[in-house]
Amino acid sequence: MPEMVKLTMNGREITAEKGTLLIEAARQNGIEIPSFCYYEGLTLQAACRMCLVEVEKTPKLQVGCTLPVAEGMVVHTESDQVKSARKGTLEFLLTNHPLDCPVCDKGGECELQDMVFRYGAGESRFTERKIHTPEQQWSPVVYFDAPRCILCYRCVRACDEGMGVKALGVSNRGAISEIVPNHHDHLECDECGACIDICPVGALTSGTYRYQTRPWEMNHVGTICTHCADGCRTTLGVRNDKIIRGNNRDRSGVNGEFLCVKGRYAFDFVEHPERLQSPMLRAGDQFEPISWVQALEIVAKKFSAAKKFGVIGSNHTTNEENYFLAKMAGQGLQTENIDHHRTGDLATLFDALSGKNQALATTADLYNAKAILVVGADLSQQHPFLAYQARANFRHHAAHIYAVTTGPVREDHQAAASVRVEKGREIAGVESLRDKLKSEPELIIVFGDALQGDAVRKLVAFGDSLGVPVKYVCLVDYSNSRGAFDMGVVPKNGGLSLQQMLAADLDVLWVVGANPLKNATMTAKSFVVVQDLFMTETAKHADLVLPAASAYEKTGTVTNVCGEAQKLKHAIKVMGTKTDLEIMGLIAKEMKLDLGIWLPEKVFEEIRKNVHGYDVSKALIDLGAVATAPLNGRVAALPGVIQSARDTLFTSGSLTKYSKILNEVMEAPGALYEAPGARRHAPGSAGTSEQ
Amino acid sequence: MPKKLYNEPSPLETRVVSKRFGLENSESLDTYLANDGFKAFKNAKEMTREAILDEVKLSSLRGRGGAGFPTGLKWSFVPHTSPKPRVIVINADESEPGTCKDRLLMEYDPHQMIEGILIASLVVDAHVGYVYIRGEYRYLIEVMDRAIAEAYAKGYLGKNIAGTGWDFDLHTHSGAGAYECGEETALLDSLEGKRGIPRMKPPFPAVAGAWALPTLLNNVETFSAIPAIIQGGGKAFADLGVPKAGGTRLVCISGHVNKPGVYELPLGYSMMKAINEVAGGIPNGKKLKAVVPGGSSCPLLKADECDIAMDYDSLAKVGSMLGSGGMVVLDETTDMVKFALRIIRFYAHESCGWCIPCREGTTWLKKILERFNAGHGRHEDIALLGELSKNMLGRTFCALGDAAAMPTISIVEKFAEDFEKRLARELVAV
Repeated sequence: MPEMVKLTMNGREITAEKGTLLIEAARQNGIEIPSFCYYEGLTLQAACRMCLVEVEKTPKLQVGCTLPVAEGMVVHTESDQVKSARKGTLEFLLTNHPLDCPVCDKGGECELQDMVFRYGAGESRFTERKIHTPEQQWSPVVYFDAPRCILCYRCVRACDEGMGVKALGVSNRGAISEIVPNHHDHLECDECGACIDICPVGALTSGTYRYQTRPWEMNHVGTICTHCADGCRTTLGVRNDKIIRGNNRDRSGVNGEFLCVKGRYAFDFVEHPERLQSPMLRAGDQFEPISWVQALEIVAKKFSAAKKFGVIGSNHTTNEENYFLAKMAGQGLQTENIDHHRTGDLATLFDALSGKNQALATTADLYNAKAILVVGADLSQQHPFLAYQARANFRHHAAHIYAVTTGPVREDHQAAASVRVEKGREIAGVESLRDKLKSEPELIIVFGDALQGDAVRKLVAFGDSLGVPVKYVCLVDYSNSRGAFDMGVVPKNGGLSLQQMLAADLDVLWVVGANPLKNATMTAKSFVVVQDLFMTETAKHADLVLPAASAYEKTGTVTNVCGEAQKLKHAIKVMGTKTDLEIMGLIAKEMKLDLGIWLPEKVFEEIRKNVHGYDVSKALIDLGAVATAPLNGRVAALPGVIQSARDTLFTSGSLTKYSKILNEVMEAPGALYEAPGARRHAPGSAGTSEQ
Repeated sequence: MPKKLYNEPSPLETRVVSKRFGLENSESLDTYLANDGFKAFKNAKEMTREAILDEVKLSSLRGRGGAGFPTGLKWSFVPHTSPKPRVIVINADESEPGTCKDRLLMEYDPHQMIEGILIASLVVDAHVGYVYIRGEYRYLIEVMDRAIAEAYAKGYLGKNIAGTGWDFDLHTHSGAGAYECGEETALLDSLEGKRGIPRMKPPFPAVAGAWALPTLLNNVETFSAIPAIIQGGGKAFADLGVPKAGGTRLVCISGHVNKPGVYELPLGYSMMKAINEVAGGIPNGKKLKAVVPGGSSCPLLKADECDIAMDYDSLAKVGSMLGSGGMVVLDETTDMVKFALRIIRFYAHESCGWCIPCREGTTWLKKILERFNAGHGRHEDIALLGELSKNMLGRTFCALGDAAAMPTISIVEKFAEDFEKRLARELVAV
């Protein structure tokens, strides 16, 4: 039990854990001590002076955000002296603030507005000229309006401490102090937009959201980002069936308030002009739109007549859709040729760990574990949230981070030891850290597709030999890569793999939400049916294309890289599209197959019954994320089948092309990921560096 | 060739730290050695650290930077047995308006300060020191660098100092022109190459200062007084002053006096005597209006409050401070509106911007005073100036906000009639 202290606050006796900051102790007891610069998880500033409170037996007002509670302390947070200090500080704050609330994006959800409303004076005594500087655009997504800035330094800290980027700083001093970007007049950074979200006022505004709406005019739909596999919850602001912004200010989901550029901005693909809104039938070199009735008829006819099937599932569709697809392939189409683009060797890991139910790490584990080893992956590029968790763990808990990679990674900055290895020598690199890892109380090993097959078995054997509890994360690429594997969208009993299907002459190749021809060619003469959002490389090769709904347009569940199942929530509807589940259901109906009701809730019921490790609480899934444990052992994949797409922070597989924002920010000059690392380690050079 | 002094010394002075001022080549190590130089250090090397510390405590020496914290006590806070190396930092960021004494100590007698630093290093077991010199004192960096080079050349810095087996390295570091960096923790941030903003305390620099190492930080004059204390004994030094505040101080008298200059006067010296006798009185038979007792951040004293002894307690009794020794004498012709504006312009310019009340408050005060001074004052401005200052007072992150608020409050409260006269156009801006 932690040591508790008793203190009196506003005449009420309260208890708090020893060492708790006064501001936190107050919040825990339902008393608000206002603040701007104090922000949970970031370093203390004591700069805004809003949290001044009266502590008996001290001569001056005390700063609530830096003062730890003490036994017998008598605190007043609502005394006349405190009230007048707050009023005075707010009056000071507003002296150079433009008070342009009617045109400010933040109006309605502005902390300064709220504070002035609650604690401020109705009128200002300031009659002098305000300092004004023009607005600046720092990047396609970040705008800065200096006069609105109250200099709480939250953005500076969020960028430095949270993101590990350090793209923001302060120039000048006194009343003309100003937040500045790292490259004179523009930002070269992750473009994650954390600075915008954390800004209590409208000083930092979003390039995509500015001047679009008022916050109260939107519906806020908490769903899961459809890009990488980390499964961040993004709360979409929707107005008139249009997604206007993404953020996660309510800190729901596994990611708290973290979002990368994709989660925050890259929802714009849904309204890309090339979005398919009608089924398209091949007519020679062209496609012509047909009705859904015609399309389903054609598909059903082709499917019913076909003998040799190939089914390719998706990394982005829901668990329900993947489950239904696997079921339809097996029970309906009677084929064992089913696969999806596999991006990490989950099969071997699950097999090697068979029976060890506690051996899969969750995203929360990455924040709490004493030590983390990253093998063969650039987390901050491909898994920004996992990287954020590890960084936060390092900052808050001084976790030991180890990196075994072929080149410099951002984790090097926190690393207790970084080892550079040649490709394929990762296990040797891991082995070189044996003594250090052995002395850790626990360890999480995060590995990418650099380790496959035997290498994964060797890694697990290495973990077993350390004699400490070890958990694993096998990195996969996309929002439901893990779910697709868990739902069994993999070849059955010697069925064809994705690559083999592309090469084989099949009667029908059915591609649901995948783009296997992005980096491959297909020579086989199969009848190709594709369900997708866009005319992708694969769709262009198809005979019939069915317009599908994106993740933001459907309900269902997805499983993130750490095996946490989370719920998608339908945010908008794009005319002409249907969800993949509905399309499959309708095809099945047209074919007179009885595969049960194709409602996501019903299919999920089946998943709970039939998929190992998915018998998770529905209530928990409704509330947030719930870890699955599908450690039932599976056949290992053939060599060469697994290949990560190596997406960066600014790409997202086939969707990259259709997100205006991702393309714009990619044009931002500079190569963040080369410069800072390169000074520290020559890329590709072998050897250990320790900090 | 004797160096020309900025002002003629007064026979009324008690010259302890300034006793070598005016000697031929007073800044050279040879002159220093010929005039008792480094004797104190050699003696101190034979003493235990406790014995040195006792002498410093006995001397009642209080920090000469402005806050007046007992030096011996400050030294005792530094964990001299810490596994981390200790660092000595010399605050030569003399920026308080009205104060110009540290520059003389470095210009005329740098080796006295170096010896003081070396003695302090024995107490806290430190082997490296940094002289943080105000950016505007460009020429002093060269002066100090020359003195340090000379000390190295003759074995008074570096390895095995003066054959005693003691090692100590001393470096200079230039500020970049920020008053805020005179605040000890802002100074440390600046020294580390960061933006000069004050740090949160605790931890105090004694425990975690420069590069998070235990750090002893004192003003130039404080270090310069140490050799005399060790040489003559703490008791003798204490006896020069008053109880709880021993020794002498360099008092920088400027403003409306016949002989402005830096004079070394014992603690507790009569303020009127300092003005009328040491500094030669007010020119042209004008009457005294006010005195800034110790640098621009101290509340002003009205003429009738000035008949007091210059020590910490006496000034505290009249609601002001002894500060950094920068005494500004104002005669009856002084326009206090202009004077307030001059002071607040400085603080608005120097506010680091870290915390809201200081950043916005100083600028607001400046704007009101500028408007007032330009003839657009309103009656309510007088009260507003005081109220805004009180909204800053005691609520800012560091003492800079207080430093701006205190003189402003004292001016609008004690000299409200100057403001009234301006409103009535009886007094016009010149």
